[in-house]
Amino acid sequence: MFKTLPDAGGATVIVVINGAPFSAPLGCTAAAALLLAGAVPSRTTPVSGAPRAPYCMMGACFECLAEIDGAPNQQACLVPVVEGMRINRQSGSVATKI
Amino acid sequence: MSAAFDYVIVGAGPAGLAAATTGSSLGLKTAVIDEQAEPGGQIYRAIETVSARRPAHLQLLGDDYAVGADVVKRFRASGADYLPLTTVWQIDGGRNVFTRGNGRASRIAAKRILIATGAMERPVPVPGWTLPGVMTCGAAQTLLKSTGAVPAGRFVVAGSGPLLLLIAAQLVRAGVKPAVVIETRTNRLAALRHLPAFLSAPGYLSKGLNLIAELRTAGVPIHSGASNLRINGDDGAREIEYDWHGHTRREAADVVLLHQGIVPNMNLALSLRCDHQWDAAQRSFRPQLDAWGNSSVDGVQIAGDNGGIIGAQAAELSGGLAALAAAFSLQKISADDRDRQARPLRAKMKRHLGARPFLDALYRAPQVVAAPGEPDTIVCRCEEIRAGEIRRIVTEQGCPGPNQMKSFTRCGMGPCQGRLCGLTVVELIAESRGISPGEVGYYRIRSPVKPITLGEIAGLGV
Repeated sequence: MFKTLPDAGGATVIVVINGAPFSAPLGCTAAAALLLAGAVPSRTTPVSGAPRAPYCMMGACFECLAEIDGAPNQQACLVPVVEGMRINRQSGSVATKI
Repeated sequence: MSAAFDYVIVGAGPAGLAAATTGSSLGLKTAVIDEQAEPGGQIYRAIETVSARRPAHLQLLGDDYAVGADVVKRFRASGADYLPLTTVWQIDGGRNVFTRGNGRASRIAAKRILIATGAMERPVPVPGWTLPGVMTCGAAQTLLKSTGAVPAGRFVVAGSGPLLLLIAAQLVRAGVKPAVVIETRTNRLAALRHLPAFLSAPGYLSKGLNLIAELRTAGVPIHSGASNLRINGDDGAREIEYDWHGHTRREAADVVLLHQGIVPNMNLALSLRCDHQWDAAQRSFRPQLDAWGNSSVDGVQIAGDNGGIIGAQAAELSGGLAALAAAFSLQKISADDRDRQARPLRAKMKRHLGARPFLDALYRAPQVVAAPGEPDTIVCRCEEIRAGEIRRIVTEQGCPGPNQMKSFTRCGMGPCQGRLCGLTVVELIAESRGISPGEVGYYRIRSPVKPITLGEIAGLGV
């Protein structure tokens, strides 16, 4: 859905999106990685199961909620990727670990 | 974990950074808390990384972005503490600021607090706006600034406001062209009487005209005066449909970038019970502030776009003014010093604010954006509550306001805590009741204003 510009700088990290490895630009957020990987819809809603994907990319809309390294309901647009990070799609309502 | 500061600033955009720089220079022990990994706010997002690692992108992002490097540099040299990747989820009446960062909650005691949490894009509730691939123009800018990323396929830019043309031009410079720029109706006639003041403000008009010229040279069609935007698709956006010059048009796109101006990001200030009032010109609420950014809550200031939209340059100046007042109130400077140092800031501020009434009038959100007429349009994205349902509950059940509407529908009670539906719900109720949004009021916002787990709260040990 998005692509990086050729002159965007080469450093990358390998993250795992829905089980598949993906080379993400160093310093990008988990939400940006989802969009670059085309891993959308990135979740379905708890109310109707409707497909959703990141919308505002600045922490306001909560559409980019994802399971990151086992913790559900994380605002993926506020989390920078690190090597080996696991980002998973969320389906419907998900209980948050206390 | 806990710490104590004279001045705690929430938000590292131009207002927060300028306040920290000024506050530190006047002897205030200052901390800046921000959700992002780098200082700069939305406007100067990732300016350090772009300058250091992909300087070529400074050109495509433009001079108004590049100037942020100096703002950030001054802040870095100021000696203020900086807490990146940290959210503020509560501020209590004793001026304790509760944060979450690195999976851990902390408490920071503050003598004075500045809320500089800026603006967010006005929600654009049109049919299909919840489909994957529909994003805001600001989101596209964020991706460009922080990641050097652009839409990969066919995309469209739609709506109204200065950012609409800017992001279209930036993407053209980056080598990707929108299939069309769809500009919804603007209020040229109403804006006309503010034109002289706008023209005397530094550089605003030429910037706008240059963007239009740039898009035309690149061969990007601009369809101005469009209406009835709706996005069609199943698992994602497929096309945007709109009315233009008496015809319905369709444009295929898998990314649709929407924009209808920006509004204050109010939740933190509202959770503190800072008084807000309706601003009809900007069609949003704004906090009640004195000339130094002092809110109605003792010891709590608000600066920058969070106090009503003023733009990046004025935001920076307002941050400086707030810091002068904070330093005076903590006896670091005299009233004379404060006033003397404020004078040049106020003079510059006046010039920048001169442009505002024209922009406010020209881009004032039309009724159809503020209170969508199409009943099936989703208003509350989290709880999937539609415009028709809100209207029906007001007219048939007599629901008087947004807080009662929560009980009827759960609107505003999802994870975004009303950020994306609040203004729309208020406008729908106002329209249905035939009163002003100011009389309707807003959601009662309570902490935590950002998510935190019970485990993290327990870990506070307070």
